[in-house]
Amino acid sequence: MKICVLVKEVPDAAVEKRINPSTGRMDRGGERNLNPYDTHAIEAAMQVKEGGAVDVEEIIAVTMGPSTAVRALHKAVSLGADRSVHLSDDALAGSDVVATGYALAKVLERESPDLVLLGQQSDDGECYTIGAVVADYLRMPSLTQVIKMDVTPGSLRCERQAEYGYDTVEIELPAVISVGDAINEPRYPSLKAIMGAKKKPLDAVGIGDVGLEADRVGEAGSKVVCGDFKAPPQKAAGEIIEDEDTNETVEKIIAWLDERKLLA
Amino acid sequence: MNTHGLTDDQKDIRSLAARFADEVVAPQAMQWDKEHRFPKEVVQQLGELGLMGVCVPQSLGGAGADFLTYALVIEELSRGDAGLGVTLAVHTGAGTLPIIARGTRQQVERLVPPLAQGHELAAFALTESNAGSDAGALTTSADNGCLTGMKQWVTNGSVAHVFIVFAKDPDRPSAFVVRRGAHGFKPVRETDKLGLNSSSTADLQLQDTPAERLGLPGAGLRIALATLDGGRIAIAAQATGIAQAALDIAVEHAKERHTFGKPIGAHQAIQQKLADMQTEIEAARALTWRAARLKDADRPHTVEGAQAKLFASSIARRVTGEAIQVLGGYGYTRELPAERYYRDAKVTEIYEGTSEIQRLVIARALLGEAARE
Repeated sequence: MKICVLVKEVPDAAVEKRINPSTGRMDRGGERNLNPYDTHAIEAAMQVKEGGAVDVEEIIAVTMGPSTAVRALHKAVSLGADRSVHLSDDALAGSDVVATGYALAKVLERESPDLVLLGQQSDDGECYTIGAVVADYLRMPSLTQVIKMDVTPGSLRCERQAEYGYDTVEIELPAVISVGDAINEPRYPSLKAIMGAKKKPLDAVGIGDVGLEADRVGEAGSKVVCGDFKAPPQKAAGEIIEDEDTNETVEKIIAWLDERKLLA
Repeated sequence: MNTHGLTDDQKDIRSLAARFADEVVAPQAMQWDKEHRFPKEVVQQLGELGLMGVCVPQSLGGAGADFLTYALVIEELSRGDAGLGVTLAVHTGAGTLPIIARGTRQQVERLVPPLAQGHELAAFALTESNAGSDAGALTTSADNGCLTGMKQWVTNGSVAHVFIVFAKDPDRPSAFVVRRGAHGFKPVRETDKLGLNSSSTADLQLQDTPAERLGLPGAGLRIALATLDGGRIAIAAQATGIAQAALDIAVEHAKERHTFGKPIGAHQAIQQKLADMQTEIEAARALTWRAARLKDADRPHTVEGAQAKLFASSIARRVTGEAIQVLGGYGYTRELPAERYYRDAKVTEIYEGTSEIQRLVIARALLGEAARE
């Protein structure tokens, strides 16, 4: 079995995210990191490999992004991926979700994985949709917010988080699964793995290498148009109830809730 | 913290140590301090991750990173718990690196891999009741390859497997390696301390204890001083980590605690304190990194290491005191870690050479012969 994990380089969580008003794209000048949600997908792949229910030959980290995105791949490899593929091409800059999904699908076609895993969202765009787009292009079933996976040869039983509770779904492989962050606790990479990550095979490919049609990607190939950016409205200041006397505090909270008809 | 100028490996290893400190170390540190407990299981985890041999070559079972990376790890772990920081600093800097630097090939290949992988712990036994920085005044003596004497305040003393012991051989000090369990060897007393309660500090008794010499006969003083040159950089990193932990809790408190209808961080008196604290921490970090980079480049770093330790330890004491001040009554209680940071910080002005000794090292380099009477 071959597992591909889609990963993304995003601005580090500590960096305040900004849109560059002239390009309409996110300013990626600051410190960057592997999308934290993707670390759960890598961990899920590692647990399938170590679980022993199926024989996993390799785990491949796949990304699309500028040259700096190599760092995200190194991190993915330090967490357990065996090798990585980096799709990078000037023609890809400005791709929207559909164009990005198309491009990633073309890379995945070349690998023909049995299972594609990814994190539930990226920490920058936060669209939650790339898995479904990739699955559509690959004509594979897709599930989102998966928090439990039982893999058997040829099929996959998943539990997914929904608004109303949990769904248990059984699907056939190959499939594209986006995992919720509750699925696992990603392991610590060892120092040896960090130091050795650069030595693992990294396949750098451009749009020509994967048979991408150039007019379906990049700014020109994207239908989403961004503009008229506004900062989110300021939230009204909250009310702070100091807890001096707990009985009084509880009364105040109940009165507050009651005023807003929030108590049944 | 500004990580500009660090390599990708340095950044990644630092963030691993930071995550481990936040998730595993810091939540338990208060308990270890209260119970005076050495966290053996956490040290084992550090070994599994490769953090017990950060700057040990890969061929010897280490991670093969550089000394600066090791200092980054010490800072981050010390931010979580300074006792764990000193356990690691002594194990690697004072216990493992001298074997690599001075051991025979056979000694290095036999002794280092279990240390680098964290299967065994190392310690450094120089100090005696009447000898410390004045290493020439040792009374522990070597006779026919056996050591007799008492060593004092040995970090990792009750838990280490491999000890580097300094003894007169016969007139000048030599370095020796002693294994736990050797004949006549006994940790006799665990010292009750002001801070660093999660680390072991023990007195050792040696009575006709078989030992193997490390390095040339009579080279003990040189080995000890070279070890301290690097060790001071690690203690500077430890002090910086303690200070950072104190600043972090002070900043958090300044945002949450309200007086006169606003967060105390809105009062200039608190802002000024926090700004000074952070500036001092960044300066200490810069001095520490500079000394570590010189060591990595095989350049002289005695003075730079002394300066880093002198400055970082002094600001650690000041910043931890200021953190308590920002927290007010909360800072003085044992319910929050600010008071522990304050207790832990003090020793950084004392061990691996007191601040007075650091100034002596710096002044002698500055004045040459004129500094001597």
